[in-house]
Amino acid sequence: MLSDEERREIEEETRHYGQKRGASVEALMCVQRRRGWVDDETLREVADMLGMSVDELDGVATFYNLIFRRPVGKNVILICNTISCMVMGYERILAHLEVRLGIRLGQTTADGLFTLLSVPCLGACDRSPVMMVGEKLYPGLTPELADEILREHGWRG
Amino acid sequence: MAGVGEKPLTGRLKPGGEALDISEYEVYGGYKGLRKALRMDPSEIRKEVKEANLRGRGGAGFNTGLKWSFVPTGKDAPRPKYLIANADEMEPGTFKDRLLLERNPHLVIEGMIIASFAIEAETAFVFLRWEYTLAAKRMRKAIAEAYERGYLGRNILGSGLSIDIRVHVSAGRYICGEETALLNALEGRRAIPRSKPPFPQTSGLWGRPTVVNNVETLSNVPHIITGGAEWYRKLSRSGDGGTKLFGVSGRVKRPGLWELPMGTTAREILEEHAGGMADGFSFRCLMPGGASTEFICEDGLDVKMDFDSVQKAGSRLGTGTMIVLDHTVCPVAALHNLERFFAEESCGWCTPCREGLPWVARLLGAIEDGKGETEDIETLREHTGSLWMGKTYCALAPGAMEPLKSGLAVFREDFERHIREKGCPLKMERR
Ligand code: SF4
Repeated sequence: MLSDEERREIEEETRHYGQKRGASVEALMCVQRRRGWVDDETLREVADMLGMSVDELDGVATFYNLIFRRPVGKNVILICNTISCMVMGYERILAHLEVRLGIRLGQTTADGLFTLLSVPCLGACDRSPVMMVGEKLYPGLTPELADEILREHGWRG
Repeated sequence: MAGVGEKPLTGRLKPGGEALDISEYEVYGGYKGLRKALRMDPSEIRKEVKEANLRGRGGAGFNTGLKWSFVPTGKDAPRPKYLIANADEMEPGTFKDRLLLERNPHLVIEGMIIASFAIEAETAFVFLRWEYTLAAKRMRKAIAEAYERGYLGRNILGSGLSIDIRVHVSAGRYICGEETALLNALEGRRAIPRSKPPFPQTSGLWGRPTVVNNVETLSNVPHIITGGAEWYRKLSRSGDGGTKLFGVSGRVKRPGLWELPMGTTAREILEEHAGGMADGFSFRCLMPGGASTEFICEDGLDVKMDFDSVQKAGSRLGTGTMIVLDHTVCPVAALHNLERFFAEESCGWCTPCREGLPWVARLLGAIEDGKGETEDIETLREHTGSLWMGKTYCALAPGAMEPLKSGLAVFREDFERHIREKGCPLKMERR
C-alpha cells in the first residue's frame, strides 16, 4: 500500500503537469526509491491516483530501462555496454563482475546485495569503461577498481 | 559572458570541475544576455539567432532561429506554450551536454529563459536522463538560485514577463531523445514518436506549441544575444555559426572534450587535442558524431567538422563527439554492438524497425562468431535499404543503418574473412 508520504509526494508531482498522468514516471520513481522496485499492487494504486488504467501505467513502467517491475538487489550495478566502452574493454570488466558475484547480467546475487544490469551509454565515454552503482558514477574501470567498488558496497568476497 | 573570447560555452569553467554558481556566473557577465533580450522584441531575438546560423547541436543541425519562427506568436497565439531543453543525452559515444549541465548550469538556464522569451512561452522543462544524477542536482540548485535573483518566476527583472522552469527526470530510453517521443514521455505516455506534421512548434506538449532544443544549442543563445549574430558567425571556420563541443573517446592519448571553432578538421581534433593514438594502438576509423554516423577513415580525416562538410564527405556531424576504432577492435564486433544497441532501444512501434533491427543484430552476431554465410552480407545490405528513410516511422532505424551501410563497404574484407575463416581473425591471432 502507498504510504501517506508517498501519496503526498506523488500528488505534489502531479501539480507540475498539464494532466496528472504527466507525473507517471516521477510517481513510479517515487515508489521505487523507497522499495527498490514497483510491485503490482502499488502500481494499481498509483494508476488510480493518476487517473490512468493499470495497463496504461504498466505500459509506461515497462517501457523504461530503469523502472523495475521485479525485485532487484540492494545495489543495482549499471554497466555501460555500448561502443566507446566496448572499445575500451568493458567486456573484460563485465566478465570479472560476473565471476566475482557468481551471477550473469540481469541477475541478482543470492544474498540480495547486487543486481547486475547493462545500460546504453552513460555519457562518460572519455572516461570509459564506466559503470554506476546506485547514483554514483565510476569511470576508468579496471578489475582491481571493480573489486574495490564491490567492497565499498558490502561485498565480502 | 565577458572575456570568454573564443570559447563562449566553456571559457569560464572552473578547473576543479565544480559548477559556476550564480554569483560567479554573473561576475563573468552572466544574465547580461537576458537583460538585453528583455529590451528586445521576441521577433528580433529570433532573427538574431537565425542570422547567427546556430544549427541544432543535438545532431540534426536545423537552424535554431528558423525552428523558433514556426511557433505561432502574438496576441492570438494558442497558450500556454512550452520550451524544452533536451538533456536526455543517450547517443552512444556522446558526452558533451553533461559538461554544460554539470559545470555551467546557469548558461543552460539563461539560454532557456531567452529561448522561452523568443517564442513567448511561459513554461520550460529540462528533460534529463536519470543517470545524470550530478547534473540533476546542480541544475535544480541553479534553478533555485535563478528564482531567488528574479531571473525566473513572476515578473522577471520587472519586465512583466513570467517563466517557470522545471526539471523532469526520465527513466532511461534512447528514443526519448527524439523530439516527438520526448513529448509523449513528458505527457506520461509510452515514448513512441509521433507523426509529423503537425510539428511540435504548432502542436507539441499537450497539443500546444512547443520547441525542443538541445542543451548545447540553448547554451549558445545568451552569447548570440550579447555578442550579436556577426560576432558569433565569426567564431566559426565554416558557414555554420559558432563553436562546437567536440569530443574524442577510444584509444587516444587524451580522450576528452574541447570547445573549438565549428569547422575544425577531424585530424586536428584527433591529433592535436586528443594527442593522437595511444601508444601501441593504430588508427583504423572513426565515427564523427555518435553511434548513428558513418565511418570516416584515414583518407577522410581532413574533413572540416561542420554539418555540411561532413555530409559532403559521406557521413554526418551528429553530436560532434567522435568514437575512434583502433586496430585491435574487430569491426564486425563493433557493428554488432552498435546494432544490438539500436535493436534494444527501438520503441517497437513500427514493424520494420522492431523486427528488422534484431534480425540485423543477430546476423552480425552470427558472423562475429564464425557462423555466417556469404549470403548474409547481401541480407544485411538489403536491410540498409528496407530500414532507410521513409520506410520506418522515425529516424532511429535509418540512423542505425548509417554505420552498417558504411561498415559493409569499409570493412568488406573483414566480413569476408569472418565468414571464410569461420571466426574472428583478430581473436584467432590473439590465441
Ligand atoms: S523506427 Fe523504430 S524507434 Fe522509430 S517509431 Fe519505428 S520502431 Fe519506433
